[in-house]
Amino acid sequence: MTALAPEGVAATARITAVPDGLGGTRLPVLESDGPLALRRTRGAGAYARVTVVGAMSAPLGGDRLAIEAGVRDGAALTVDSAAATVALPGRGGRPARYDVRLTAGAGACLRWLPEALISARGSDLRMTTRVELAARARLVLREEQILGRYGEETGTLTTRLTVHRAGRPLLDQELAYGPGAPGGWDGAAVLGGNRAVGQLLVVRPEFERSPPEAALLGDNAVLTPLAGPAVLVTAVAADALRLRRVLDRALRTFG
Amino acid sequence: MDTTSPHGASPGAARAALLVLADGRFPAGGHAHSGGAEAAVKAGRIRDATDLATFCRGRLHTTGLTSAALAAAAAVGADPLVLDEAADARTPSPALRTTARKLGRQLMRAARAAWPCDALDALAAARPRGAHQPVVLGVTAHAAGLGPEDAAHCVAYESVGGPATAVVRLLGLDPFEATAVLARLAPELDQVARRAAEAGRRAPAEGPGALPAASAPLLDITAQAHAAWPVRLFAS
Repeated sequence: MTALAPEGVAATARITAVPDGLGGTRLPVLESDGPLALRRTRGAGAYARVTVVGAMSAPLGGDRLAIEAGVRDGAALTVDSAAATVALPGRGGRPARYDVRLTAGAGACLRWLPEALISARGSDLRMTTRVELAARARLVLREEQILGRYGEETGTLTTRLTVHRAGRPLLDQELAYGPGAPGGWDGAAVLGGNRAVGQLLVVRPEFERSPPEAALLGDNAVLTPLAGPAVLVTAVAADALRLRRVLDRALRTFG
Repeated sequence: MDTTSPHGASPGAARAALLVLADGRFPAGGHAHSGGAEAAVKAGRIRDATDLATFCRGRLHTTGLTSAALAAAAAVGADPLVLDEAADARTPSPALRTTARKLGRQLMRAARAAWPCDALDALAAARPRGAHQPVVLGVTAHAAGLGPEDAAHCVAYESVGGPATAVVRLLGLDPFEATAVLARLAPELDQVARRAAEAGRRAPAEGPGALPAASAPLLDITAQAHAAWPVRLFAS
């Protein structure tokens, strides 16, 4: 339900994917809310596909947005978005929140592939992505953070990506950039002056037996096997286009 | 874990033990590591004391904070094996996981000689190839009668002291300048240690999700390349 927060919008969009019994996936829950408009689009194979079409101008400062997607045992879901999400400043300079909560059951497949998140000058967004995977679930998840629109200074952006598999922590990463972040974020340890940063996470049960080896993907990206059955591509780049090129190459290999 | 430590009167009241543990001469192998500074120097990202300061500040607020909080949690008695798993989830680079465990193993050897106790023995037995270094450091701090803030200070300081010392050797940077970089970071280091200790105190009740997970993409990216160099001055 959309509710008017004291300043800004509070909205939660929901997706539930279940097997349709015919080798495909149906969506008994597909709820848009406020600026988060969900559309069922054409999927491939067993995958149902949902495209988030309304996120273009959200979130504004003060907004509290959330998306919950649950992929039940044996279902397959792709979620993407029609455009980049741009974090913009709101009235009163209050931070916005954007919380993504994903679950995938046994034998479920989730591909979470939104367009980039762009932090506009003066904005302050706190984003969390929490993923709970069953031991036999499969996941492909991409995140891209772009610091400022073209030629623009960045806003303040903090993101936390927490992934649990079978109840145990698999990946936990927090990133903080911009004028509201602690110092040093632009320096040689963190971004080195780059303005685009991204992750591609691939979780597959079969990696438990045969984990891929670590590999360098050029000077500014690396593919690393995690302690669990997953690989993470970490990349920094001068801009969104160069970042996507690196992540797409990895997506073709592991997608 | 018992709140009384085997070697100190009351936890957190010890001071000299902190000097012993934080001393660069404490034989735990840290001197062989640059904390990513060697790769940053090679890439031309650290050329002078100003770059070093930005590098250290970035490292302090990312892996420094994350590691300090793990140490603080271990120092207040959170399950070290749960923390070790949380450290793995916070360390996507296998090269850095290997380094953290190697340093943990070396610290464990020195710690068991300095402050022998059951908790260190149990952790050494459970992780014979080494637990993550900050976890070992937190258990060690408790054994030495130190508190979570002490453990966090130790780790936070190490997160910048290592690179500063390394850059003196790598760039021929004036050691006075490198020390000045560290001195100017001291107030932020205190803040990071306080934040880490607060989070660490919550960990036994709330679990490791209460601990920060701040990360530094370039450190993760370059660590993997650095580990593959045929010739290097530092192990990491």
